[in-house]
Amino acid sequence: MEVLTPRSLDDALRLKAELPAARFVQGGTDVLVELNFDRSRPAALINLNEVAELRGFLRENGALVLGSGLTYAELMQPELATALPALAEASRTVGSPQIRNRGTIGGNLGTASPAGDALPPLLVESAQVEIASVRGRRALPLAEFLVGPKRNALEPDELVVSIRISPSGSRQTFMKVGPRNAMVIAVCSLALSVDRERGELRAAFGSAGPVTGLVTAPLDEAERFPAAVAAAASPIDDVRGTAAYRRHALRVLTGRALERCLA
Amino acid sequence: MSATRPKIKARPPTRPRLGKIGESVPRSDGTPKVMGEFAYASDLHAADMLWGHTLRSPHAHARIAEIDISQAVGMPGVHAVLTHADVPGRKTYGLEFTDQPVLAIDRVRYFGEPVAVVAAEHPEQARRAAEAIRVVYELLEPVADPERATEMEPLHPDRPTMGHGYRDDPRSNVVRHMVIRHGDPETAGDVTVDGVYEVGSQDQAFLGPESGLAIPDGEGGVDIYVATQWLHVDRDQVAPCLGLTVEQVRVHLAGVGGAFGGREDLSMQIHGALLALHTNRPVKFVYNREESFTGHVHRHPAKIWCEHRATRDGRITCVRMRILLDGGAYASSSTTVTSNAASFALGPYRVDNALIESTSVYTNNPPCGAMRGFGAVQTCFAAEAQMDRLAAELGIDPVELRLLNALAPGDYLPTGQLIDGALPTAEVIRRAAALEPPAPEGFPRDPIRLPGGAGNTTRGAGVHRGVGFAVGFKNICYSEGFDDSCAARVQLYADGSATVHCAATEVGQGVTDVILQVARTELGTDRITLAPHTTATVGSAGSASASRLTWMVSGAVRDACRAALEEQERREGGEVDVERVHHHRPTTPLDPETGQITGERAHVALAVAAMRAVVEVDIDLGLTRVVWVGTAQDVGKAINPQAVHGQIEGGTAQGLGLALMEEIQTRDGRIVNASFTDYLIPTALDMPPVTVVLVEDPEPDAPYGAKGVGEPPAIVSVAAIAAAVRDATGRALTRVPIRADDICL
Repeated sequence: MEVLTPRSLDDALRLKAELPAARFVQGGTDVLVELNFDRSRPAALINLNEVAELRGFLRENGALVLGSGLTYAELMQPELATALPALAEASRTVGSPQIRNRGTIGGNLGTASPAGDALPPLLVESAQVEIASVRGRRALPLAEFLVGPKRNALEPDELVVSIRISPSGSRQTFMKVGPRNAMVIAVCSLALSVDRERGELRAAFGSAGPVTGLVTAPLDEAERFPAAVAAAASPIDDVRGTAAYRRHALRVLTGRALERCLA
Repeated sequence: MSATRPKIKARPPTRPRLGKIGESVPRSDGTPKVMGEFAYASDLHAADMLWGHTLRSPHAHARIAEIDISQAVGMPGVHAVLTHADVPGRKTYGLEFTDQPVLAIDRVRYFGEPVAVVAAEHPEQARRAAEAIRVVYELLEPVADPERATEMEPLHPDRPTMGHGYRDDPRSNVVRHMVIRHGDPETAGDVTVDGVYEVGSQDQAFLGPESGLAIPDGEGGVDIYVATQWLHVDRDQVAPCLGLTVEQVRVHLAGVGGAFGGREDLSMQIHGALLALHTNRPVKFVYNREESFTGHVHRHPAKIWCEHRATRDGRITCVRMRILLDGGAYASSSTTVTSNAASFALGPYRVDNALIESTSVYTNNPPCGAMRGFGAVQTCFAAEAQMDRLAAELGIDPVELRLLNALAPGDYLPTGQLIDGALPTAEVIRRAAALEPPAPEGFPRDPIRLPGGAGNTTRGAGVHRGVGFAVGFKNICYSEGFDDSCAARVQLYADGSATVHCAATEVGQGVTDVILQVARTELGTDRITLAPHTTATVGSAGSASASRLTWMVSGAVRDACRAALEEQERREGGEVDVERVHHHRPTTPLDPETGQITGERAHVALAVAAMRAVVEVDIDLGLTRVVWVGTAQDVGKAINPQAVHGQIEGGTAQGLGLALMEEIQTRDGRIVNASFTDYLIPTALDMPPVTVVLVEDPEPDAPYGAKGVGEPPAIVSVAAIAAAVRDATGRALTRVPIRADDICL
């Protein structure tokens, strides 16, 4: 298998246009596991680690533009953690320190797993996914980007370059349930924000449906919100947990998250 | 560039701290392992070597109609594609019974069973060639439910485990069925408690996957470098299958990345040697993680039915237990696990009347065999839960109830064996009970110190604290007439320095330092070299199993050192070379019908441990954090106290895993969580601090009085932690691992 290392975004997009069957790799925390388990054998890998345009973040007219190459460790740093606290909390739950140093937010979007830890906090903050190809650029709301379990709206020649968020400044939190106290894939997860400006409760759940799901309600419906979130989920029984447990846990998590964010 | 890179500090030259018996000695493999310099079996390399790959069955039960290798043999880089037809000697092997095909012949009996092997220039070529082998399977109904196995078609119609002195059981798929009848099992009590308990299948989950290198010697023989637990018995199983004499097969220990019983059975040994002899090139195998989960045996899943009867004042009058163990597709060491589960089923308590029935069955589930604790883990979990039920029923403190019934020298095991060695049950109970757990930590606190840990699921809501106590015991050394031995060879030079040879396998438990400490103590010198562990230069050391190696190795090295000194003195100096074989006192089999001893003893010695565990449970989410563990363990004599502490902490971690998270999950015999993504083992955040008390009550027959220490912590911790979770939740929790669902739904 060939590994190609473009030095610029343009080069990366050109390579992908030429080799649509190639696979982008950034941190490698998903792609290399797939290769090791022989679940995929892409024709080539396009290594994004030298593409400077994907790194870091910037502020633009009050919005935050997060490069898809931002690592979880970077998302936990004070400046971003202050603006996007639930995303920082979610980043802290990802894997081990080594994984957090390698894994990126772009990888989480590329994989589009219903268990992706960054996805619920991005969803409650109405993130826009910015996509590029040799054909040009486009942006999609995250909810439209996630189209199914491990499926996203990218065309074969496209790459996620950044995520645009206008931080709500609302009280928010993230919680993740796993069978041990660190280094778990979510049995289920929840990001919740209490957006007083919009008068809205927003919750997004992970690992409890084919895609990360968003549930909203008016502020004054907090009492009924835990049941509403549990009802909105469509979990399954799998090797990590039962559907009944996931629904139950979402109800508990939503209640606790509301307590945290309304306090 | 180099200016921006932090300089790696040169390690200060270290003079190894040399220790004698009873001194804490840093592990000689510790620094290289931490520095990433230790050579594991997967790091082996030989010039011109080929890579082996195994084609495994994707079905749990199927007939093989056809194997077509024609496409695979012609693929690039491929040097050999071998099936059962290419096995030159005996077609089957096994640790105790030769019921397992080297390569599947006409039938596959478990998911992942080896069907063909390939050698190629590159591992990827070998993998692709294996994929190109066409196997036509006719699917058969898998025997997946051990409770129905005796009613299903026999998986081994020739009944390989019958006729070897065990009870002859006519039912289908019985590996071993035994009954221990002790006193009058109809004896009543003032109170009776009963319960049904289940234990899931645990994996050894060693980090170093099965790996090895087979090198043809050019004269028809082969050298096998492999991560294993028992060099000589590997050799004895490999040679007949290759059609070679045992002298033509030499097995050498390669760096072992954990074992825990999972390397007692063969993995790549015969396959590698077959390919090496066929191609006349060295052949290396390294299993990947998924393959490792199917490539070794697991802990037997168990279902245990119990009835305990006692007087109003707390004396146990009678225990009745029925134990069912799922042995999986092949016998491995199931027969002995069956017996061990029964022998220690009552726990270390004085019980005059008992009826214990223990059965292992063949199924199409993953084969089960040796794992740390070896049958005693399962029954300890059940028996200790019963003790707590009894204590609750009687209104007696659980620790008091255990003390009241504590087994001691002079008492009898249910097999009729008199306990004539050291067994300080009451003392370990008192010492563990006296350990003071840390005071409960208040709120708020960092969520990583709460149940749910890094998941940030609670700030204290739903968190309940629970305390559990348990006692567990098992045998030290092999049993039931399997009287093994350990050889050591000492070359003592004229200048007083020495080379020690011993085939004991260093599996991470620290036996290397035991050998060196004994030799330093006996020879009175630090100038000792330990020769490589191999079958080539010294007799068998027996297995790194059954908490036996410290005892046996200490005896053999001590005897050889003393003999060498005597011989050197007799010759008035010069170089001497002596080998000595150490035997423990003899055992005899159990009566197949009554389960009673047929001689003086079926077990050599016993070791006991008591443990107190404190947990916090988020009862709304079913998440758990073990806060603290305190344990007192009967170790006889600690040869290397620091290593003993390590074994106790490691065993506790493994027991914690079984209590709270570790389980091989199967669907119709297929393993569905063969990865460290889905088979979870405890992390540093799950593992509590462990307060350890070593109770040194020397075993009269053991060299230096030392008992093995590896297994008791893995046995007792499962029961102690489960008891603590019961205390926190008020739930019965009769199954381990305890799932979140069991706590909060």
